[in-house]
Amino acid sequence: MLELRNITKTFNPGTVNEKTALSHLDFTLNDGDFVTIVGSNGAGKSTLFNAIAGSFYVDEGSITLDREDITFQPEYRRSKVIGRLFQDPMKGTAPHMTIEENLALAYLRAVRINLGPFSRVSREEKEMFREHLSRLDMGLEDRMRQPVGLLSGGQRQALTLLMATIVPPRLLLLDEHTAALDPATAEKVLRLTREIVEQRKLSCMMVTHNMHQALELGNRTLMMSDGKIVLDLQGEQRKGLTVEDLLHLFREKANKSLDNDRILLSTMEDK
Amino acid sequence: MLTVSVIQNALEVGFIYALVALALFLSYSILDIADLTTDGGFTLGCAVSAAVCVSGHPVLALFAAMGAGALAGFVTAFLQTRLGVPSILAGIVTNTGLYTVNLAVMGFSSNLPLFNTDTIFTHSKKLLGPVLGPWNKLAVAAAITVLVSVLLVLFLGTRLGISIRATGDNPDMVRASSINTTLMITIGLCLANAMTSLSGAVLAQYNKSADINLGTGMVVIGLASLIIGQTLVGRGGMTRSVVAVLVGSVLYRFFIALALKANIPAECLKLVSAVIVGFAIALPTLKEYAAFQKKRAAQMSGKGEQ
Repeated sequence: MLELRNITKTFNPGTVNEKTALSHLDFTLNDGDFVTIVGSNGAGKSTLFNAIAGSFYVDEGSITLDREDITFQPEYRRSKVIGRLFQDPMKGTAPHMTIEENLALAYLRAVRINLGPFSRVSREEKEMFREHLSRLDMGLEDRMRQPVGLLSGGQRQALTLLMATIVPPRLLLLDEHTAALDPATAEKVLRLTREIVEQRKLSCMMVTHNMHQALELGNRTLMMSDGKIVLDLQGEQRKGLTVEDLLHLFREKANKSLDNDRILLSTMEDK
Repeated sequence: MLTVSVIQNALEVGFIYALVALALFLSYSILDIADLTTDGGFTLGCAVSAAVCVSGHPVLALFAAMGAGALAGFVTAFLQTRLGVPSILAGIVTNTGLYTVNLAVMGFSSNLPLFNTDTIFTHSKKLLGPVLGPWNKLAVAAAITVLVSVLLVLFLGTRLGISIRATGDNPDMVRASSINTTLMITIGLCLANAMTSLSGAVLAQYNKSADINLGTGMVVIGLASLIIGQTLVGRGGMTRSVVAVLVGSVLYRFFIALALKANIPAECLKLVSAVIVGFAIALPTLKEYAAFQKKRAAQMSGKGEQ
């Protein structure tokens, strides 16, 4: 369970560029929740993820993950239990290292038992990697010794997804992780995401600009505006909601219309 | 032109200096840091090795030199990871400080001869002299370098090793994963400088003297060996890369031997080295340019036929 209590983050305080990116935000993510997050540009979606992952420390408030206070835990310690994917597929893998080495890195750093710095992956574990790779259905299981730099963006993102979940994390953060992929590949990576999250019963938060995705995936939808959560939809309230309803609700709550170009474009495309 | 003794000598020195190239493989190729501690670290290895040899412990001298080198690497790493000194400057600062340290280690004298002192080479001659005969020195130098190479390849496959490699390969990824980059850079630079100092330590015992200027230009020579190897043997897995480094270092020494054989006076060696280094580092770019010109010429002639 992830609990955010009253978290606030201001960038460039005391200057003309002062920007309150998160403003007294409260949020509780229950175990097994799959939350989709939408919001305008600059609403604080990525900042929220950065705060949870520890890219910076919050100015106020506290962050608790499974009853452990992680407010001031450095990023590299948190990432042992928090998996994260970015929009840019190049960000998640080391290009000059092989697929096998990338997976070994992800696996060895996340296993719960501390194996010590000189541990290596065993033959059985390599076999397990192969099995996981074959489930991606991209033929990567036969290319384990090739450098990751040779893979396409979609393949790299699928591999990153596998790396983030090969040892189930306590929390998975997906920051528009399919936005930079072509539609067919994006669809595939999204399907894999859904499969893996369901199979491994992960708690997951996903930022998306696609309103259909926001309603279709997961069991809960958040809307953010000006560093706050303005709308938290779940259960009965969320069922049967259309994209128009969602846009309407947003206008009502945030007192302005969604100014995210990509959201508007993707909504128009879907019509 | 190349006599057996010239080949033998090039191999011996090539194996000894290969340790510097291996160190640069770790710091430059893997961690992507141009570590200018190398020159001073090499001399530090020479000085410590000679000083400990004089007191009668040639084997201990190698370990002492590695310890001293690791410490020098730690200072550079500390400056750049904790105190925000840019990495190249951090190396220069440590390197400058080391000059005084190196003089102090040698009792504030610019050289320390090892006449009538036991070295690892005299030890092995006593033990295995009848078996190895004239190949004694080469066997010792090669054994040390091959041992270090094997350990390095094994190390780079461990969790710590791949974490260090990822740190140099994709900083974005590493920042978002559970790798402590500060620690990885520190460990990497300590190991690299331990290898550099080991190279100096073996060389001092091989030359039977330590000199304050032995390390001058070492970083350039090491990089040249690294690039010659990578160009000729190619990059690939860790094993292949390490073999490339060894081949590059030995070849570099052959080039120097050839230059000497071609009656180039010893005073000109620095210039010859610089030319070789410049050419070696420019080679990948020259190759690319040649390939481009070839392609362009082919296209032009294709157009002409139409």
